Amino acid sequence: MEVLKIRKLSKKYQHENGETLALDNINLVVEQGEFVSIIGPSGCGKSTLLSIITGLESKTSGDIFIENKKMNGISSEIGYMLQKDCLLEWRTIYSNVLFGLEIKHMKNRENILYAESLLKKYDLYDFKDKYPNQLSGGMRQRVALIRTLCTKPKILLLDEAFSALDYQTRIKVTEDIYNILKKENITTLMVTHDISEAISMADKVVVLTKRPGTIKKIHKIHFDLENRTPLNCRETPNFSEYFNILWKELGVDER
Amino acid sequence: MSDERKKYLRNIKIKKSLIFVSQILILIVFLGLWEYLADKGIIDKFITSSPSRIIKVFANFNSNHLLEHIRVTVYETLVGFTIGTILGLIIAILLWWSETIAKILDPYLVILNSLPKVALGPIIIVWVGAGTKAIIVMAVAISLIVTILDILHGFLNTDKDLIKMAETFNAKKIQILTKIVIPANKSTFINSLKINIGLSLVGVISGEFLVSKAGLRIFNYLWRSNF
Repeated sequence: MEVLKIRKLSKKYQHENGETLALDNINLVVEQGEFVSIIGPSGCGKSTLLSIITGLESKTSGDIFIENKKMNGISSEIGYMLQKDCLLEWRTIYSNVLFGLEIKHMKNRENILYAESLLKKYDLYDFKDKYPNQLSGGMRQRVALIRTLCTKPKILLLDEAFSALDYQTRIKVTEDIYNILKKENITTLMVTHDISEAISMADKVVVLTKRPGTIKKIHKIHFDLENRTPLNCRETPNFSEYFNILWKELGVDER
Repeated sequence: MSDERKKYLRNIKIKKSLIFVSQILILIVFLGLWEYLADKGIIDKFITSSPSRIIKVFANFNSNHLLEHIRVTVYETLVGFTIGTILGLIIAILLWWSETIAKILDPYLVILNSLPKVALGPIIIVWVGAGTKAIIVMAVAISLIVTILDILHGFLNTDKDLIKMAETFNAKKIQILTKIVIPANKSTFINSLKINIGLSLVGVISGEFLVSKAGLRIFNYLWRSNF
């Protein structure tokens, strides 16, 4: 089933000394349970694309469908995670996790129990009365993910969600988040500038050209592994093949 | 507990008591020096008084109505402080809510802030009469604009990512205000309260200069003229 469908999407920015075409004719489909990564040179409009899908920014033309329903404005079907975990320091972990439900007026028994079950499943329940500054970077990121997941979004958007972490934490968090997303069968669209990260997590990698961003190519990623994780697929020969292909594709555009 | 930990905790304790003892010591030295200089006639007692004479005045506050004057001043300060803070907070919220209004009013706020409010004294008396009201208006005039500017500055500098995070959950503006902006600015409020109580007192004292029948300033004044 198509969870997200983008058709002929374009975005033009207006500013005082003219207009800039940021995205041009983007067509993309994300299927149920799929993990899609978007990579592209910096400034190609990949974060803009996510902001438009969420509804934080307006589009100039084109259509976005979530499960065949046309989207307008900020959608409650979409979960969005930013670069920083954005936990509220004055709230406990428990109260941070329930923040999304509270804002959306969805704080009922069923959803609270679901949030608690996620906290238990991902080893955070013991920390529920602690404050964010008492947790490690990786745990904070997991809390932020659960905050988004307990509102039961149809699709999760990750906007460079791990780039604020140091390298070791980042590998660990990628592993954690990937496992959670696969276990909960979450459809995900991730923007990143890190080619390895894109390959290691995705079923499909979308390559954007530099501004105006258009889709250059979509690569299907497949590893012959029984239990694929971001870490173990890095060790396969396929991984470096994919890396070289994508590197070249991005590299040509850089010049 | 390890020896290292004990040493660490002891050091913290020593540092804390050192700070406290030094603070008390500075006070004692200051008062002692004041008393000594006044006693020896190096500074003029008529102008600066001296600690021992101040204690004497406080000791028989019944005969000189000191308590009553303190009560008036404290009351005026508290009322001015409360009105200034609440009004300032409300106006700051309005300006945060509408960026356009904030931009329109910005130059006027800067001008009002630099205006010496004491100069408005006579006008205030004409408008609200020469009484407690005028003094409270003066206290509010002095503290209000600073409160607005301080709180608005804090509000506008709230972490943009936190606001964006709330927006991704489709938060309404009122939710962003109550659940992100206000709790994120706790230290701004505390700071603003600290500054305000001082400014309100400045306002009350300068108000009492102009129009008072009671209060610490007039007491001060009467006391001197009775010399």
